[in-house]
Amino acid sequence: MLQFVVRRFIQTIPVVIGVTVLVFSLMHLIPGDPAQIMAGEAAQAETVEAMRERLGLNDPIPVQYFRYMGNLLQGDLGQSVRSSRSVVDEIQPRFWITMRLALYSMFVSVIIGLVAGVISAVRRYSLSDSMIMVAALIGFSMPSFWLGLMLIKYISIDLALLPPSGWGTWQQAILPVIALGTAGAAIIARMTRSSMLDVINQDYIRTARAKGLKERVVIYKHGLKNALIPVVTVVGIEMGMLLSGTVLTETVFAVNGMGRLAIDAIRSRDFPLVQGIVLVFALTFVTVNFLVDISYRYLNKRIELN
Amino acid sequence: MIGKELLKVNNLKKYFPIQGGFLGRTVNHVKAVDDISFNVYEGETVSLVGESGCGKSTAGRVILRLEEPTAGEVIFNEINMTSLDKANLRKMRKDLQIIFQDPFASINPRQTVAQVLEEALQIQNLAPAEQRRSRALELLETVGLAPYQADRYPHEFSGGQRQRVGIARALSLNPKLIICDEAVSALDVSIRAQILNLLKKLQREFSLTYLFISHDLGVVRHISDRIIVMYLGRIMEIADKISLFENAQHPYTRALLSAIPIPRPGRKRERMVLAGDVPSAIDPPVGCRFHTRCPYVRDNCKEEVPQLRSAGNMAAGHLTACHYFEEINSP
Repeated sequence: MLQFVVRRFIQTIPVVIGVTVLVFSLMHLIPGDPAQIMAGEAAQAETVEAMRERLGLNDPIPVQYFRYMGNLLQGDLGQSVRSSRSVVDEIQPRFWITMRLALYSMFVSVIIGLVAGVISAVRRYSLSDSMIMVAALIGFSMPSFWLGLMLIKYISIDLALLPPSGWGTWQQAILPVIALGTAGAAIIARMTRSSMLDVINQDYIRTARAKGLKERVVIYKHGLKNALIPVVTVVGIEMGMLLSGTVLTETVFAVNGMGRLAIDAIRSRDFPLVQGIVLVFALTFVTVNFLVDISYRYLNKRIELN
Repeated sequence: MIGKELLKVNNLKKYFPIQGGFLGRTVNHVKAVDDISFNVYEGETVSLVGESGCGKSTAGRVILRLEEPTAGEVIFNEINMTSLDKANLRKMRKDLQIIFQDPFASINPRQTVAQVLEEALQIQNLAPAEQRRSRALELLETVGLAPYQADRYPHEFSGGQRQRVGIARALSLNPKLIICDEAVSALDVSIRAQILNLLKKLQREFSLTYLFISHDLGVVRHISDRIIVMYLGRIMEIADKISLFENAQHPYTRALLSAIPIPRPGRKRERMVLAGDVPSAIDPPVGCRFHTRCPYVRDNCKEEVPQLRSAGNMAAGHLTACHYFEEINSP
């Protein structure tokens, strides 16, 4: 198992290097002169030149990349152009807000999705199954920003039950978590249902029943554990979708997270900050996938690393 | 040999509803098992044979109540299984075990062999916690596996070894009756003989009773005391092994027997080839189920359902469900 973790970790290294190359290239791939764009359309030639000097854009590109990497390894993501604070300081507080939003949403959608999916599978073709599946269809057909707006309109404004915006108290977390987690819950419910149906009809489930096990033990211990593998894959992909979903959700609910920071940074053409945010998002995604692969291994003893 | 009646199956039926239409109403039924009755005596091996889809596996599952029967009763050891509540049924389960066809699908892939065996012991309280491990190892040895293999996962075993694990699992509960649902059909021929001999050995050691479900007459001939021939959910013929192979009365049984390949070159055999396919169990033929393919069919066969009956030239307990078998078989 340890060997598996180490080998899987080594595999992430080229991915991470590739990510840094792409993030670094961002600066050079955008059309136009980055120094000119950041300094503004109306800037003087001297200002642009000073900006260029400050960003080190006069050096050859490989030199720039290695300088970028050198700084990165020391935890230095550069300086925000607008606020003159370091990018790390800008991102850090926002990052934890976004991670909490994403993790709460993930948690809620996994719980709801698994329970709904198992009920659906066990009571296949019943009324509860049909209702869950219709709800799931609606759930993942709704764009999260629209759901967010509707929640604000009906729950915050008309019923005045929960605050419509901000972040800090648990009441403020409820609506964003629902808006962000609904689609995930729906997808997980559908995946769990089909995966459970597959497993429930296996002979080893009949064997478990024939042993005289209680139905609940049969379903959860022998059924769900084996049905989880495809669900975990979906959860991993979901996590990526959640991270990008935070950009919209945070904007709708005025949550001061990394998603909103990204929008602000793009609007104000703060390239070092954009680079930093993209890098952090990408690394988070790589980490999540790493964890997903490890949990696969735990769930399915047959997985070998090739 | 013949002891007391261990299992009695009375007028057992299992219909699977077919849902269709806009509202998912039940539009029809697949009559997988349609009114079968037979007995199994303690210590014997009874085989259920027939083509695919004749309902033999469904019969096995309904007897264990892994599927609920539509009608009829199963009496095991003088207890009516069909009317037991869930808690009592769970306790009963240790007396009746099943070995499935596919050894790759019948063991939970996430449990080691030892866990599979210990779980069974734990549920039925057959061994205190500290003895479970040694009992599991003992079981492995009984079925010809080595104790050092106990902590392996099912995928680390070959098909034959997995089937041994399946047998050990069934044995772990000290059952009285084991239903072997095509237990050797998925195995290579060489392995098949080993497993069959193992089953025979275990039967002697633990005085087990087998209900052996198979489509392979060679296997059935090797292991059975009595044979039940099924066709489309009904019993066509019941007989002890020798009577069935030497003195089959039902045209369907004779057709089946004539299909067994004889591994001797040059020897001619009379083939009785049936035309057409097995009719659908949704709308089975009226009268005798076999009349659409029977070479001796008469008008009455299309109307009246033949009952199991015997005749003077047949051994005791040999029954066949054909209106005209005496005439058909007279030279």
